[in-house]
Amino acid sequence: MTIGLAHYLAVAAILFTIGVFGIFVNRKNIIIILMSIELILLAVNINLVAFSAYLGNVTGQIFAMFVLTVAAAEAAVGLAILVAFFRNRGDIAVDDASMMKG
Amino acid sequence: MALQAIAFYLMAATTILAGIAVVSSRNPVHSVLFLIAAFISAAGLFVLLGAEFLAMLLVIVYVGAVAVLFLFVVMMLDVDFAALRQGFAKYMPLGGLIALGLAVEMIVVSTTVATKGAARLSETPMAQGAGAPANISNAEAIGRVLYTHYVYFFQAAGMVLLVAMIGAIVLTLRHKPGVKRQVIMDQMLRTPRAGMRMVSPKPGEGIDA
Repeated sequence: MTIGLAHYLAVAAILFTIGVFGIFVNRKNIIIILMSIELILLAVNINLVAFSAYLGNVTGQIFAMFVLTVAAAEAAVGLAILVAFFRNRGDIAVDDASMMKG
Repeated sequence: MALQAIAFYLMAATTILAGIAVVSSRNPVHSVLFLIAAFISAAGLFVLLGAEFLAMLLVIVYVGAVAVLFLFVVMMLDVDFAALRQGFAKYMPLGGLIALGLAVEMIVVSTTVATKGAARLSETPMAQGAGAPANISNAEAIGRVLYTHYVYFFQAAGMVLLVAMIGAIVLTLRHKPGVKRQVIMDQMLRTPRAGMRMVSPKPGEGIDA
């Protein structure tokens, strides 16, 4: 009944997969895609913290903190781009975002 | 020990169910709320691992800032979200198949690493670090490493946040044409000569505005 490292890694793996699945099925809705990316980063954080705790090394938690920082910055810039795109187009359909394909 | 197992399974189930609800929910506002639930239960998992500092960070940064940002944007955009959901059923079988394969692979690999890996794992989680004194807290243990070995990375993280902040402001800043603003320099530079005009209208005609 003891909870070991494998349990946490399994939870992180399932969460990561849910994030990938979310990107697959919601490929028109960019807001849900951004949230799926947040889920994926959360899964990575769970992995880092679980390894940190079971190896007795704090470094994993520090890297989890940096991942958190980058995820927050990414969400802020992504949502800002989304708002700017919505102002220009009046819509947020991913398929229409093809102005830069050359 | 049994209590810990119960807590683990409870929070792991909540995290995974909330994650599934995030990607399959019809209304994006519900998705954001389920995202908050997933983050809170993941913070619970961090507490179980002994990483209280990161758990609090997760609640403050994600629930307090990122999720509220998402909520603002979702509610601000006036979009037909039902139209964006089409294709959900079309991509479901292939996506589900790939996701299932990925999950099985990752679980097999991580279980192998955790049970037969070369690294020496401790029996119980110790988030303070193996070499640290026993009486320090998790936050102190992180601080001792973060502000010594990783101080440049810490500064770089601050720079990342600064650039993201400036970028978000620049992207969303908008100057509307036709808005009257006070320009103090123009007011101070105004002279009586520039401020008035001498005209001599003909009788009975008036002047044009």
